[in-house]
Amino acid sequence: MSTNGQPLIQARDLVKRFGDFVAVDGIDFDLQRGEAFGFLGPNGAGKTSTMRMIGCVSPVTDGSLSIFGLDPARDGVKIRGRLGVVPQQDTLDMELTVRENIVIYGRYFGLARKELGARADELLDFVELTERANDKVEPLSGGMKRRLTIARSLVNEPEVLLLDEPTTGLDPQARHVVWDRLYRLKRQGVTLLLTTHYMDEAEQLCDRLVVMDRGKIVAEGSPRGLIEQYSTREVVELRFDDGSRPDDLSYWTDGLVSRIEALPDRVLLYTDDGDAASHGLHERGLVPESLLVRRSTLEDVFLHLTGRTLIE
Amino acid sequence: MTSLALALRPLEFFFAQYRRIWRGTAITSVVTPVVYLLALGVGLGVFVDRSADLPDGISYLEFVAPGLMAATAMQLSTFEASWPVLSAIKWDRQYHAMLASPLRVRDVMLGHQAFFAFRLVTTATVYFIVITAFGAVSSPLGVLAIPVTVLVGLSFSAPIAAWAAHTETEVSFVAIFRFLILPMFLFSGTFFPISTLPAPLEVVAWLTPLWHGVTLCRDLTLGDISAWHDLMHLGYLLAFVTAGLLAARMTYRKRLVV
Repeated sequence: MSTNGQPLIQARDLVKRFGDFVAVDGIDFDLQRGEAFGFLGPNGAGKTSTMRMIGCVSPVTDGSLSIFGLDPARDGVKIRGRLGVVPQQDTLDMELTVRENIVIYGRYFGLARKELGARADELLDFVELTERANDKVEPLSGGMKRRLTIARSLVNEPEVLLLDEPTTGLDPQARHVVWDRLYRLKRQGVTLLLTTHYMDEAEQLCDRLVVMDRGKIVAEGSPRGLIEQYSTREVVELRFDDGSRPDDLSYWTDGLVSRIEALPDRVLLYTDDGDAASHGLHERGLVPESLLVRRSTLEDVFLHLTGRTLIE
Repeated sequence: MTSLALALRPLEFFFAQYRRIWRGTAITSVVTPVVYLLALGVGLGVFVDRSADLPDGISYLEFVAPGLMAATAMQLSTFEASWPVLSAIKWDRQYHAMLASPLRVRDVMLGHQAFFAFRLVTTATVYFIVITAFGAVSSPLGVLAIPVTVLVGLSFSAPIAAWAAHTETEVSFVAIFRFLILPMFLFSGTFFPISTLPAPLEVVAWLTPLWHGVTLCRDLTLGDISAWHDLMHLGYLLAFVTAGLLAARMTYRKRLVV
């Protein structure tokens, strides 16, 4: 049993290999009770492999992993009983009803049918699916299915909720509904561990996150802290018509910005004062097709750390 | 927590799933034996009985009925353990939902087999009632043909589930039906004694679990027990089930624990 201050999950030099391929390459992290912790990284960064090891469905290749002070190789049954899992790909049964999906899932945890009925109603209310309780899952929208998966994962009142890409594939409106529910869970004190390649998801939900790239952790901190550490306050985004992008951008921006990232479709100028920089560019006669000043995001952090964008 | 208690938990899912289709399967489980017995036991039986050279003066109906019962279990199991197992891994992914809970790979595997056993018990019981009604059971020992039929079913559901957990696509399932199950159905002593087969094929028939099941069921329904032989048949079936379960545990683990 974890006591105060002792992390719920602790990984040291954690490695996952599939044959010659190293999916997770020696990562360290601690998850504290009550926090929302995220793994941010592009596809293939090793996030899902890490989640599967924590979920005790994928054996650790090397290093150490302790969950609730227990060893996943030995105590998988006990650990899984205290976790909630929202997998990347839904595993709902399409032909059972919404409610049955929760009740039967609860039975896997050995919960009594009688108490599951009340629990299912409560959870359906929480994810706003009460009206669909007796409908089959099949015709539900993607967002509703996701919410049902989340409701189902809470059936055993987990100490930690694992969410692997909780909103991938959802439309923006459905994503916001899911975020809202997760945010409520967080406020209720549920410990969240999530992976995402959406920087806005990480910013909205995570108290603390690690940036993962190619199996390694490349940075760690709060969303704000990471932005402060690895980026500037603001970013000026420039787009140019075909062929009109100047070759020597640094000539134009010299003294105005602290860093330039030239992407195939746009140029990002990092500066603490975006308006001043745009004004300066204008005075020097640089006329892009479009110019946008925005605040730095985790996307910029990722770009700075890896030289690549999160969603390719 | 004993491993058996955990293996019972997936059953609730399979029952819930089955509740949607049970009516159809209940009708099938009655209609199938009636049709087979009418066509073969009664229809064909008239011709066979005229030539009258079956051992111990039994009717063809008495000969073929217990064989059909065992062979039906084989077909049911083969179907239930092929597509549904691959689907639970690959398409509907129900196994993955189970594995996110305290259930272990072996619980999921055994739980599914337990469901097959349930289907086999009910189907075999109905079959037994029908063949009894047709007058094809001449010994009270015949009722033991029900558990034997279940065992025959498991001797297929276990190795076929093992295969389904190994294979990537469903294409092999059709081949299994066509090149393994159908020949076994026809040539494992269900319709005629395998002693009429050419010697090498007779040896092949000995190796099939179906032949052991058919023979044992027939000895039981006829009350024609020869202890040593029948124990050997039982032992062969048990060995086949055990080997199948071990293979399934291996392929399930290899597929699901990565």
